[in-house]
Amino acid sequence: MQALIDEHRVILEAFWLTIRLTLASGFMALVLGTILAAMRVSPLPVLRAIGTAYVNIVRNTPLTLVIVFCGLGLGLVLDVSFSTSLSTNYLWLSIIGLSAYTAAFVCEAIRAGINTVPVGQAEAARAIGLTFMQNLRLIVLPQALRSVVAPLGNILIALTKNTTIAAAIGVGEASLTMKTLFEAHGDAVVPIFFGFAVAFLVLTLPTGLLFTWLSKRLAVIR
Amino acid sequence: MTENGDATPLVVLKDVNKHFGSLHVLRDINLTISRGEVVVVIGPSGSGKSTLCRAINRLETIDGGTITFDGQPLAAEGKALARLRSEVGMVFQSFNLFAHKTILENVTLGPIKVRGVARAEAERRGMELLERVGIGAQASKYPAQLSGGQQQRVAIARALAMDPKMILFDEPTSALDPEMVQEVLDVMVRLAAEGMTMVVVTHEMGFARRAADRVVFMADGQIVEENAPDEFFTAPRTERAKDFLSKILTH
Repeated sequence: MQALIDEHRVILEAFWLTIRLTLASGFMALVLGTILAAMRVSPLPVLRAIGTAYVNIVRNTPLTLVIVFCGLGLGLVLDVSFSTSLSTNYLWLSIIGLSAYTAAFVCEAIRAGINTVPVGQAEAARAIGLTFMQNLRLIVLPQALRSVVAPLGNILIALTKNTTIAAAIGVGEASLTMKTLFEAHGDAVVPIFFGFAVAFLVLTLPTGLLFTWLSKRLAVIR
Repeated sequence: MTENGDATPLVVLKDVNKHFGSLHVLRDINLTISRGEVVVVIGPSGSGKSTLCRAINRLETIDGGTITFDGQPLAAEGKALARLRSEVGMVFQSFNLFAHKTILENVTLGPIKVRGVARAEAERRGMELLERVGIGAQASKYPAQLSGGQQQRVAIARALAMDPKMILFDEPTSALDPEMVQEVLDVMVRLAAEGMTMVVVTHEMGFARRAADRVVFMADGQIVEENAPDEFFTAPRTERAKDFLSKILTH
């Protein structure tokens, strides 16, 4: 217990990084996932094919591989650089990996949501002269998103936990910090472990409650 | 009315054919609709009347023949098709009001997003139209809070908000409780009297008698008979129409 109290500054810093990773990746995954979902329902076969291929490839690749590819492939081989600071650079590379991976799941959740919107809604939108993009943006997606708030919450919880894989390319989030602390406090492995596990619950449980509440509040009444 | 357009027909369907798989739902349809005319399409279910109605604003594509609207062939897709649809109002059997928008937003969305009308102006006009169909007091509610008859009147207001050259009604009263049918028909009769061009697919024979300029009777994907309502209902010329009328008018 003493180890947790002594190291609380380091631990809080690590979780603050976890939170930032989650929020940044979550936002980018929502944007990319929405675009992918739009591609998958578009009238253009090329866009549909690209969307489908992306989802099938990325969703079925282990996240560790995606993250390592971003760190080594993009970072070292292709020399993609966001910052002169090495740690900031790997932070952004891991955000890319996490968002690219999570976007595939967001896309499928939104696509399921689109299927819950009655055909008549899109027909009525077309009948007043909205274009395909306006129809999607103003009528179909707002209703689809409202119907998948709860599944999106699940994805966000999974993402929160998935950020630990950024440790694979040396991003100092919670799990990497935990490992470091194990080495410094060999006598307190179990308390440290439970401390970190509880801290993750503190992040994910309220997320679940918030999204359940939101999904009820935002539901479209038909 | 446009200066040059009065005499030219608004909609011309020529040799229109459509299949749903092996089902031949529209067979060699030829139909001309003049400006200001109210055409009621009746017939047994599965006769293709809804498909005909939906083909006019290309919610259904056709396999053969041509449809022209206001002198122009229907565009296949894209902006030109969207523009055509903005000039043709449509009222659906299941209302299809935008479930996540208020009543007023339902009526102003098209003018604002399609026509580029300023919000304040669109709302003023929207309220005017809602008052006209008797829904003014419900403007800030959501569709699910209204009765079927009220929703359908909003749907008519939504169509009118685009200042359409015509309105298509696809069985507008079929999904309504009986006591709500009249309030919707009243609005439609008023529209007809004001000179709106209308194509109405319906089973409401009373409306057809009262408001139609012409009745088109369809069966098995074909136009079997067309005539003025009085003649059609009192002296149908074809066996098929006699048979249909005997079944619906005796009870």
